[in-house]
Amino acid sequence: MPIAAAEAARAAAAPAADAAVELDRVTFAYDTRTILDGISMTIPRGKVVAIMGGSGCGKTTILRLIGGQIAPRSGRVLVAGQSVPDLDRDGLYAMRRKFGMLFQFGALFTDMSVYENVAFAMREHTDLPEELIHDLVLMKLHAVGLRGAAQLMPSELSGGMARRVALARAIALDPMLVMYDEPFAGLDPISLGVVGQLIRKLNDALGITSVVVTHDVYESLKIVDYLYFVSEGRIVAEGTAAEVRASADEFVRQFVDGQPDGPVPFHYPARGYREELLVHG
Amino acid sequence: MVSQATSAIVATLRRVGVATGEGIGRLGYAARFFAAVIMQTPAAFRRVHLTLREIYFAGVLSLVIILVSGLFVGMVLALQGYDVLTRYGADESLGILVALSLVRELGPVVAGLLFASRAGSAITAEIGLMKATEQLSAMEMMAVDPLARVVAPRFWGGVVSMPLLAALFSTLGIFGAYIVGVKLIGIDAGAFWGNMQAAVDFRQDIVNGIIKSFVFGAAVSLIAVFEGYDAKPTAEGVSSATTRTVVESSLAILALDFVLTVFMFHGVR
Repeated sequence: MPIAAAEAARAAAAPAADAAVELDRVTFAYDTRTILDGISMTIPRGKVVAIMGGSGCGKTTILRLIGGQIAPRSGRVLVAGQSVPDLDRDGLYAMRRKFGMLFQFGALFTDMSVYENVAFAMREHTDLPEELIHDLVLMKLHAVGLRGAAQLMPSELSGGMARRVALARAIALDPMLVMYDEPFAGLDPISLGVVGQLIRKLNDALGITSVVVTHDVYESLKIVDYLYFVSEGRIVAEGTAAEVRASADEFVRQFVDGQPDGPVPFHYPARGYREELLVHG
Repeated sequence: MVSQATSAIVATLRRVGVATGEGIGRLGYAARFFAAVIMQTPAAFRRVHLTLREIYFAGVLSLVIILVSGLFVGMVLALQGYDVLTRYGADESLGILVALSLVRELGPVVAGLLFASRAGSAITAEIGLMKATEQLSAMEMMAVDPLARVVAPRFWGGVVSMPLLAALFSTLGIFGAYIVGVKLIGIDAGAFWGNMQAAVDFRQDIVNGIIKSFVFGAAVSLIAVFEGYDAKPTAEGVSSATTRTVVESSLAILALDFVLTVFMFHGVR
């Protein structure tokens, strides 16, 4: 779908009041290197939205902006109607209590068992009695199929198991928003399917909103409601899973079909080949 | 030629300027970091089990190296001291020599250097790896401040452990000197202990030694947590941060020792 039409459709379909997250003309740069260049997107409540793009295109930066770990150079970042960059430290921490985040390789605390990892946020932020924490932790682990692994240490888990434990930890406090940073990276096909289905099922069962940053187009198309394609700091295409599958957009086709050359060039910018080869001749 | 020489001088000056600016900036960052850690101290002490755990890791697990080193340093000190003292017929003063050397200087300084190598490097590597594997970011995103949860307990664990380790180092050193001086060489035990008791002043020697080891503990712990927290989140970044901890801590201990000694013992005859 063309971007202008998609924006109009989105504005009509998802009014700002229903938006869990809203980015409005956001720019971000490290010194002189522009990472995001006027990105606008809306993530409606209760939906699973994927942000896709090649490595280094600024996908993870969007998650860091939503989480308040970095501030935009210009533009607005709103979470549940609150402007994230304007929050003070206490406000930011209060907002993060409503977040869950799954990091690329799980980022489990390596000096704690699986059980302790899931119980961590409950112990830090609540005064729940230990018996209740015990039951809650086992329920969260049961939801990801790892109740039996509660006493294992992170070093004893496979990559897929670690990702599922991190997922149980991310939903420990029943968040309103869960962010996934490359949840499919480095997983075998079975784990890939398990994690993908868990993202979808937990989102629907718990009524949360999910933002999935990934470059795994096949797995994402199976589970997400809406996709944004980011390239060189801009949104180059967007649409529902069905629209993306049917899209004739050059970038989407290159990405979905895994073509080596296209709008994202195979060659890093360089001088003319002939000119460079003949430089000594 | 002149313009080449001028540009070389300008380039050198620029490099010096940039390096100085970066050094001052880093020092300022470290000072702000220190202030932030101190601000988080009440939060860290509210959950005292975290600090006790770090005292175990930094202190208890350093006991073997500290006790064995202390024993050998005391034994060597007794051999060397006896060799010199006996030339002047003052071999019965061996207890004084050993006790003052250990309590005033060698205890805090050598225990501090060992502590920096054993515990400081471990603290830096642990925090650096937590950063590299996004554990610190995960904590931040769970609305838990890593300064309160990870850094402050490790800092205070080091600060509490170091004076105790230095005291044990000196104690084992004196015991080692007793074995060599009294049991092996045959100095009179009464003279060894009696002279020591008469010459070592609690306020002037022991308390100052404890103050020194406390300051060294704070310096090493601060450097260790700062380098870990500031490490580049890569394997190479963590390894060079660990090396910097050992080098900077050792230099800080030796420099601080000189400054503290000037203030503490300049009037002592």
